[in-house]
Amino acid sequence: MIKLTPRDHQSKLLTAITPIIAVIFTMICGGVLFWILGKNPFEAIKLIFWDPLMSETFSDYARPQILIKASPLILIALGLSIGFRANIWNIGAEGQFIMGALISACIGLAFYPLENRFIFPLMILGGMVGGAFWAIIPAILKSRFNTNEILVSLMLVYIAEQALASASIGILRNPEGSGFPGSRNLNHYPSTSNPELIEGSGIHWGVIFSFLAIWFFYYLLKNHKFGFQIKLFGDAPRAASFAGLKTEYIILLCFSISGALAGVAGMFELTGPAGAITIDFNVGYGFTAIIVAFLGRLNPVGIFFAGLLMALTYVGGEISQFMLGIPAAAIQVFQGMLLFFLLSIDLIVKFRLSFTKQNFISRKD
Amino acid sequence: MKYIKFLSLISLFFVGIISSVFAADLKVGFIYVNPVGENTGWDYQHDLGRKAVEEAYGDKVETSYVEAVPEGADAERVMTQMALSGHDMIFATSFGFMDPVMNVASKFPNVKFEHATGYKRSDNVATYSARFYEGRSIIGHIAGRMTNTDTIGYIASYPIPEVIRGINSAYLAAKAVNPNIKFKVVWVFTWFDPAKEADAASTLIDQGADMIMQHTDSTAAMTIAEERGVFAFGQASDMKKFGPRAQLTSIIDDWAPYYVERVGKALNGTWKSEDTWDGLAPGMAAISEFSKEIPEKIRKEAQNLHDAIASGTIHSFTGPINKQDGSAWLSTGETADDGTLLGMNFYVEGIEGDIPQ
Amino acid sequence: MDFASIDPTTIIYNLMIAATPILYAALGELLVEKAGVLNLGVEGMMIIGAICGFAISVETGSSYIGFIAAACGGAMLSVIFAVMTQYFLANQVASGLALTLFGLGLAALLGHSYTGQVPPQISKLDLPILSTIPVFGKMFFHHDFFVYFSLMLVLFVWYFLTKTRLGLVVQAVGENHDSAHAIGYSVTTIRFFSILFGGALAGLGGGYLSLIRVPQWTEGMTAGAGWIALAIVVFSSWRPWRLILGAYIFGGITILQLNLQAIGVNIDIALLSMTPYAITIVALVLMSVNKSKKSLGAPGSLGKSFIKVS
Repeated sequence: MIKLTPRDHQSKLLTAITPIIAVIFTMICGGVLFWILGKNPFEAIKLIFWDPLMSETFSDYARPQILIKASPLILIALGLSIGFRANIWNIGAEGQFIMGALISACIGLAFYPLENRFIFPLMILGGMVGGAFWAIIPAILKSRFNTNEILVSLMLVYIAEQALASASIGILRNPEGSGFPGSRNLNHYPSTSNPELIEGSGIHWGVIFSFLAIWFFYYLLKNHKFGFQIKLFGDAPRAASFAGLKTEYIILLCFSISGALAGVAGMFELTGPAGAITIDFNVGYGFTAIIVAFLGRLNPVGIFFAGLLMALTYVGGEISQFMLGIPAAAIQVFQGMLLFFLLSIDLIVKFRLSFTKQNFISRKD
Repeated sequence: MKYIKFLSLISLFFVGIISSVFAADLKVGFIYVNPVGENTGWDYQHDLGRKAVEEAYGDKVETSYVEAVPEGADAERVMTQMALSGHDMIFATSFGFMDPVMNVASKFPNVKFEHATGYKRSDNVATYSARFYEGRSIIGHIAGRMTNTDTIGYIASYPIPEVIRGINSAYLAAKAVNPNIKFKVVWVFTWFDPAKEADAASTLIDQGADMIMQHTDSTAAMTIAEERGVFAFGQASDMKKFGPRAQLTSIIDDWAPYYVERVGKALNGTWKSEDTWDGLAPGMAAISEFSKEIPEKIRKEAQNLHDAIASGTIHSFTGPINKQDGSAWLSTGETADDGTLLGMNFYVEGIEGDIPQ
Repeated sequence: MDFASIDPTTIIYNLMIAATPILYAALGELLVEKAGVLNLGVEGMMIIGAICGFAISVETGSSYIGFIAAACGGAMLSVIFAVMTQYFLANQVASGLALTLFGLGLAALLGHSYTGQVPPQISKLDLPILSTIPVFGKMFFHHDFFVYFSLMLVLFVWYFLTKTRLGLVVQAVGENHDSAHAIGYSVTTIRFFSILFGGALAGLGGGYLSLIRVPQWTEGMTAGAGWIALAIVVFSSWRPWRLILGAYIFGGITILQLNLQAIGVNIDIALLSMTPYAITIVALVLMSVNKSKKSLGAPGSLGKSFIKVS
């Protein structure tokens, strides 16, 4: 029988090595999958993991692209991780992402075609407020009525999706777009555009913002009182309340932080890479970020690497599609396997496993 | 056995390396917004076009594709990577790829881009689309002649000009042969949701429709029509498999001739950025074989209508036509100009209900 | 506008069919959540059920065997989730999302050669005498076996959860896994099998979709049905009977709005599609306000990993 003992201190070595082991497992299983599909497994794995980073053809372009693809994931996951640490479950980041984008689009388009350099910062603010507003709904319901926040935040995703569809064929529809759904391209107007900061790289303000956020959260969790409060609240809510921490305060704060970050991620995505509000503007960043938060073990640095890894599989997956003809579905399966292994292997980091003989006294079940 | 598998793996590895050494004259990439699928649908038809290109030019052309590419940032990245990997020509097959195509095209002036259904062009971006509304005239005619309940059910996706144009075109053709005709339009707000499309078809049949038209991608409505014993018209592909009795005919998106022609021009250096909007004449919008369920006489009429539209003697939108609110649109004998058609956002007179806003 | 042309009989008849796939999936998820596990992979398990059911019934020519295969397929996929969350203690939310991703991809790969095939027809089961009752006969007693079966399963799950010892144990595990463990129940085993049951039912829901409701296989055909199932569980406040109501309301709104459109009523579709979710939130709040009926709320240990240290 296997016995689990929680580790007092998580070993740095294990923390670093386990994800690599998981990736190797995935490569083996994924390789078998690609082989079954009649593709060269070595070539496929190389295209997914190596080429975007190192190949002469792709790396110059793909390296910054990985950062760009990862930045909304990292931003959202950072916000979520604060809540998750405190055992507060916001799984509606997808909806907050949409609302942030919608509100900032409304602001940007309300001023159209005015040129003013304050519009963009106002839109950033709008994105944060929009996301936070959508996140505060479950927070208030949770703190007021103890309503399950997981479910409310999930329901609000569906509502946000409908609002998005409604806006893109309704109030935000581009009047010069020949009747097609979708807003004006915000990237085409200097005041509302989230420009490329380094020529040719595509790096935009969102990427910078996500770097700042990593640094900020790292500091917050390590050195600030708030970091300890969160941890205390998550580990021992009762002790936290004895220590004078107000439950409502923590819940509201966690939700607003995660909502604001998801919202601002939506805003940067809208004004930068996406350009316009469309019916399917959201491509699942909010949900993928939940996985990223856990892959990163709720740690800012971990989240950074997890976000990059996810982004790498997207970018590499596309390359392998057109270079090798691997179907998109196989890439999905491959990503699924990667997540399974990464999530499961965490066990070794958190617990010490020891093998004992079956012992009915120590193990009642 | 194990050794053989091992050896084959090793050899695959080398094949991978070697194959990248032999390059074709022209590398053509395609991006699709949905998975290609196996039998039917918008993306499947584009992929048939890709296969036709491969067949037509053999070793001279190499093609590749990426499926299920979200519109927006991801599309831009995919196309850039294609361009970086040496693709000389890229077909972007969904309206939402428009701005990404323009962005990538400006960075790769030597790569030729073809964008389906869009309206932005540049020196290296051509656009193309099909006049599917011409096909709608024919199915409208058949439906108008064959309906017993004078009620046609129409499953519409999103209220965009393309879809509204189709409804108007089918309605006018049906009205011309059956003054009592009524169109029931249901907007499902999705291009692809089999369950919802099936529900929509059932609802329309319950409401008395005995002919179902669709402007959505799945084959669900056809299956329901078959089950419920009414007739239906396929969309994008021949859907006969899903409704062997029910399908009277399908409007088929046939991109193959266009793709073969454009790739040919790219090969011999005569490619130019153009705007193509072809209809029944070259067969970009085609009509599949008429079902035996259509009486001989109507089949002949439909064929005549097809030939007349193809030859240009009949235009789907020929006046007098009023808009739904009764205001005049086209005077007697006047035909619609392309600009109005491309931005069509109104119903013609006689269609009930409102276009959702 | 001709409201008379809307026939309530056919609406109810259609909405029962529309609701059945989500009812199956939601019923499975209900039991899983009652055991304290939140599996967000419903969509993935449904679509695996859809393809397994479809493929097997095409191969064997029997829809009934197909349905068994659908249940097995869904259950098999849920094993991955069960092992991850129960033995490897991976986070349930993240694992469920990964499961959906994996399931959608795998189903597309498995189903590659089955698009365009026609599944064997399943006959409507006209219940003797009952089906001849005017109006009600057509509404309720003119369905295929699996519509009735879903209702029977609701009865079964209700009976199991409230009247059997094992069912009460499942609830105890979901409410507070530490005390359940202290009394000597194996939290892990109970949750493992609950997850499997949930997977099997999600698979059945998918099977109903591909074999009866749409009768065909298409990639991505669940198109979000699994997510609706999750909403319905909440809507029902974890009570099997209300699940029927929830599924019929969610299914009914789609059918109703299509009907209203068909008679030419101008409705705001986005607004209408939002309402069931908004109602669900309101219902959740009302339940949590009413503290006296604690049993109405979410299971106490929902979504939390049970860590047994010894």
